[in-house]
Amino acid sequence: MAKMNLLQAINNALDIAMAKSEKVYSFGEDTGSFGGVFRATSGLTERYGRHRNFNTPLVEQGIIGFANGLASQGSYAIAEIQFGDYIFPAFDQIVNESAKFRYRSGNEFNVGGLTIRTPYGGGIAGGHYHSQSPEAYFAHTPGLKIVMPRNPYMAKGLLLSAIFDKNPVLFMEPKRLYRASVGEVPEEEYTLELGKADIVKEGKDITLLAWGAQVEMAEKAAELAAKDGIDCEIIDLVSILPWDVETVAESVRKTGRLVVTQEAPITAGFASEVASTIQEECFLYLESPIARVCGLDTPYPLSHEKEYFVDHLKVYEAIKASMTY
Amino acid sequence: MAKDKQHQLDIVTKPEFLDGSALKIPMFQILAEDGTIRKGAEAPAMDKELALKIFDTMQFIRILDERMIAAQRQGRISFYLSSLGEEAASIGSAAALDDGDMIMGQYREQGALAFRGFTVEQFMNQLFSNERDLGKGRQMPVHYGCADLNFMTIASPLATQIPQATGYAYGQKMEKSGKCTICYFGEGAASEGDFHAALNMAAVYKVPAIFFCRNNGYAISTPSQGEQYAGDGIAPRGVAYGMKTIRVDGNDLFAVYQATLLARKLAVEENEPVLIEGMSYRMAGHSTSDDPTGYRTREEEDEWRAKDPVVRFQKWLQKQEWITEEQAQENYDSKKAAVLAALKSAETVPVPHIDEIINDVYDTPPKHLKQQLEALKAHIRKYPDAYPKTASRIDGGEK
Repeated sequence: MAKMNLLQAINNALDIAMAKSEKVYSFGEDTGSFGGVFRATSGLTERYGRHRNFNTPLVEQGIIGFANGLASQGSYAIAEIQFGDYIFPAFDQIVNESAKFRYRSGNEFNVGGLTIRTPYGGGIAGGHYHSQSPEAYFAHTPGLKIVMPRNPYMAKGLLLSAIFDKNPVLFMEPKRLYRASVGEVPEEEYTLELGKADIVKEGKDITLLAWGAQVEMAEKAAELAAKDGIDCEIIDLVSILPWDVETVAESVRKTGRLVVTQEAPITAGFASEVASTIQEECFLYLESPIARVCGLDTPYPLSHEKEYFVDHLKVYEAIKASMTY
Repeated sequence: MAKDKQHQLDIVTKPEFLDGSALKIPMFQILAEDGTIRKGAEAPAMDKELALKIFDTMQFIRILDERMIAAQRQGRISFYLSSLGEEAASIGSAAALDDGDMIMGQYREQGALAFRGFTVEQFMNQLFSNERDLGKGRQMPVHYGCADLNFMTIASPLATQIPQATGYAYGQKMEKSGKCTICYFGEGAASEGDFHAALNMAAVYKVPAIFFCRNNGYAISTPSQGEQYAGDGIAPRGVAYGMKTIRVDGNDLFAVYQATLLARKLAVEENEPVLIEGMSYRMAGHSTSDDPTGYRTREEEDEWRAKDPVVRFQKWLQKQEWITEEQAQENYDSKKAAVLAALKSAETVPVPHIDEIINDVYDTPPKHLKQQLEALKAHIRKYPDAYPKTASRIDGGEK
């Protein structure tokens, strides 16, 4: 075991993957010997050479187009998009190409070796264009897997799974926690199952569901609620697509209440998908309406970031409202 | 002359603007319209066997295109895209490649695929979206693909294959495979951002890729000159990205073949990506959903008919006495019979089993897709008359 922050855990996972197979390539804007703007790819060029960890020209659609081609050739392509906010020029390559590559060819070809890494999320004074959480856009796309880790241990195991998974994976890293989240991480290789939710804390009164950095808000809110005598069960969804309906449904059948919280705007966010499915699965078990605690339907504001931010207090209020419904 | 050190530039002291006249790219031609070798040009070293295989493929594609347009008009298939007039561009370039080279096409390169050995039955199975289609009937007609023949499955979005070709070629280079990737696209697709991203990255990474632009004059109805671009076509863009570039007569089989042969050598031996712009003309409509009489004149079409790539090559073959007009006609007739037979056979083959609807979304179907399939099948069982293509075979499962 070693103490690592989330960035170090990601860097460690990349290191292990590149050592494991010569066919693993890592690339993106400034990700070469400079190591990326967050330093997630530090040291990889020195260790594996500038042909395996390298800079790309500044063109996101080109990065993912290139990555699709490289993956279709049989390599493992790990493409970094510098900020999730800048992934949209590559939307076509992801939605129409990566996601449909295997299906449209009848399995003649695939881009299973593709992993797209991108930092997402707010709370870092990043304004409109360094704060967004765009997972829901991609969750609407069959053929993709979407993973959002909450801490260094999860990040390493999930990233190693994502890299060697036989499907294209969008790996969204909570940049607010890059350095803030520190924990014990095994130094050797290990993997964590994609598509499996993680019960962070068991409880009997109400289920709190979150993913990525938002799990921390659920945990803090649960601590406040505990003082009121409310015993929260906290679930980290981990994978947005495909998502673990069973674990969430089983929990809600036990507690009868669900609060889903996400950083992204509320309308058509992934929390809405969860709420819709869980009311179908658990209708007769519900004691109160499923609550969504999400961002406002506005662009991510800078000066009002604190007010906009889906903090633990907002989650705590939703817990109380649900309990007293 | 003074120098700027950082950018290695000569410094001038008077303002000078450049325009297109600074770079006028000529067109390479070997075979004149009358089927003779141009003065000063040299026919490429091509043996009789290869020349006749190329001609054979040209004839086959012409018949296939003609018959399938008719089949669409008869309502037997939903859609078709003809490559009429552009056969030399795709077949001549494919003939210059190694079978292990990857081909990434746009959707008008059936000639390259046929040259690789895709059978008439395979063409028909795709066109009729039946259960023998390698693509499992999932895409519209002409979206062919075949891993065995190193022909990447066609996708409708334009230009997406171009940066993919750069990435594929990067993998080939890293593996020291000695292979390259050829990527076809039209002059319209070259306006897409993906084109620019791809060429720039290919030049930066020095990958063994050949970018083959079929400049066929039209993007559906939009004419190339003046409406698709204001500059000197596509070729100067290759130069701007720092890439070896050549413009060829796309209706001249020999020019296309020779240029691609040399491009392949540059790509594979020196990791130099190459841009080839083949000047041609889309004799047919964009697709069966298009009627060119609304945007171009018969005179213009006649002008290009005189440059027909198949007729031109046939004239040369006859001059060589490698084929006679009668032999060419006999070949044409027998191929036509084979196409008709394959068409009739393929249209009776059923569509893929309904279970295929969830396969290949992921490497294995996840739980939610299995649940959705079961729900769908229960519904089809309830209303079998509404879903006649699958209802009769719904139980009994996959073969």
